[in-house]
Amino acid sequence: MATQQTRSLARFMMAPSVVLLLVWMVVPLALTLWFSFQQYNPLNPIRDGFVGFSNYALFYSNPAFLYSILNTLTIVVSVLVITVVGGILLALLIDQPMWGQGIVRILVISPFFVMPPVAALVWKNMIMHPQYGVFADIARFFGLQPIDWFGQYPLTAIIIIVAWQWLPFATLILLTALQSLDGEQKEAAEMDGAGFISRFIYLTLPHMSRAITVVILIQTIFLLSVYAEILVTTNGGPGYASTNLPFLVYQKALLEFKIGQASAGGVIAVILANIVAFFAMRAVGKNLDK
Amino acid sequence: MARSVTTQHKTIATVAAWIVALLIFFPILYTIITSFKSEQEAIQGFNLIPSGTFESYAEVQAQSGYFKFFLNSVILSVGSTILALLVAIPAAWSMAFSPTKRTKDILMWMLSTKMMPAVAVLFPIYLIFRNLGLLDSRIGLMVMLMLINLPIVVWMLYTYFREIPGEILEAARMDGASLWNEIIYVLTPMAVPGIASTMLLNIILAWNEAFWTIRLTTTDAAPLTAFISSFSSPQGLFWAKLSAASTLAIAPILIMGWFSQKQLVRGLTFGAVK
Repeated sequence: MATQQTRSLARFMMAPSVVLLLVWMVVPLALTLWFSFQQYNPLNPIRDGFVGFSNYALFYSNPAFLYSILNTLTIVVSVLVITVVGGILLALLIDQPMWGQGIVRILVISPFFVMPPVAALVWKNMIMHPQYGVFADIARFFGLQPIDWFGQYPLTAIIIIVAWQWLPFATLILLTALQSLDGEQKEAAEMDGAGFISRFIYLTLPHMSRAITVVILIQTIFLLSVYAEILVTTNGGPGYASTNLPFLVYQKALLEFKIGQASAGGVIAVILANIVAFFAMRAVGKNLDK
Repeated sequence: MARSVTTQHKTIATVAAWIVALLIFFPILYTIITSFKSEQEAIQGFNLIPSGTFESYAEVQAQSGYFKFFLNSVILSVGSTILALLVAIPAAWSMAFSPTKRTKDILMWMLSTKMMPAVAVLFPIYLIFRNLGLLDSRIGLMVMLMLINLPIVVWMLYTYFREIPGEILEAARMDGASLWNEIIYVLTPMAVPGIASTMLLNIILAWNEAFWTIRLTTTDAAPLTAFISSFSSPQGLFWAKLSAASTLAIAPILIMGWFSQKQLVRGLTFGAVK
């Protein structure tokens, strides 16, 4: 009787969260799916109607689509490599005994708290600007021609900005994992004559593996949907050189009003995210059991 | 001998770490420095010592009504966080203290909603907001931010609540505490730190959210993310003013963030790394 009561109380307490998230997930997604099979143009509603898979066909045949998928993956993979490798090195460095460790930690973690539009604008204007940026000042100091980052290497520039934002996150999490490593184990390995490299490969790296997995998975979720950084720096250009999938969908939907094609793009983005999510859920789920 | 080696090691580590840390922090530092320059100084090449003028701060407020955007950011991030806590606390509580076989599945499912790319539902949400008259309204955006962060809030609270030992409740009950006393004197003090940490992290996440806040607002409800993005247009290129606006936009969250490093790790890894 009591358990029955507890159980219904528990259900009652969970209901708001579950219902809200269910509605939030199902309704917009169903609408997107529906629109992806429609011709729908708010500016020119005469030809609206069901069109089967032609939105998908149009989206696929659009050269921007291939670009955007490639750019999306390039951003995700490059930033992951930079932040994970850089994060491991930085965590190892900061974990050493030193003076002012607390302040070093604070300085390193700071970029993570900078909102994306600010990060992008600061890099665009103060650091990478071909005339007034710090990089240009440095280039001129060495007698070199300043680089027009956003004109010549737009995707690289965006990758640098996004990596700067996420390196602190990777470092912080890997450092936390590193600091939970048992000191006695490390000492024992040292006593046995294990050098720094072999200690790192056989002791530290396996200990950090779970944290590395978590960093990769969580960053991937966010990196798949980089948006503000592109909006305020290159606006996707020149051409489609720095357009990723979220940005392309945004352009189709809110700038060109091609809702059907945008929705088809959205469905593709969902499928892409689901593939990633599948692996993410499995890894995080395993950690739950511990 | 051994001692001098460690001191040497420590010195090298200190120098190396400080150099790297300052390089990483440099864009933020330079923004703060530039915000105290005049427009003229700001484009005169690399210079770490500003003249110390506050004119950019005054002008940002005078030209754009900066404070309104700042206020919107505060209202949206704090409001959405309180909403999320109101919805999430009961759910996390019941999952932590009377878990069923399906608790884990529900948690995983909640997390999976976080993986839906925002852009996939951009148009439907835009349409729904337009039809309900919620475009550029604080309430609409608050609900939106609440929904986005709800899975993280539930998860974080769940991992905190799960650490409250159930035996304490039983002990209190044995001592004849009523349900009400149990909540006031036993549970609340133990739950407050977890709730506060969750609140802090969620405010940071909501403050920095830069997709829906940009796309669903124009002027009335626009927070700092939308305001700063408007600087990307060519006529808005004023280095010192941009720096002043940026400094004001990131300062509160930067300071909060410094105090929440531990909670950040825990919240963003869903309790997997502590």
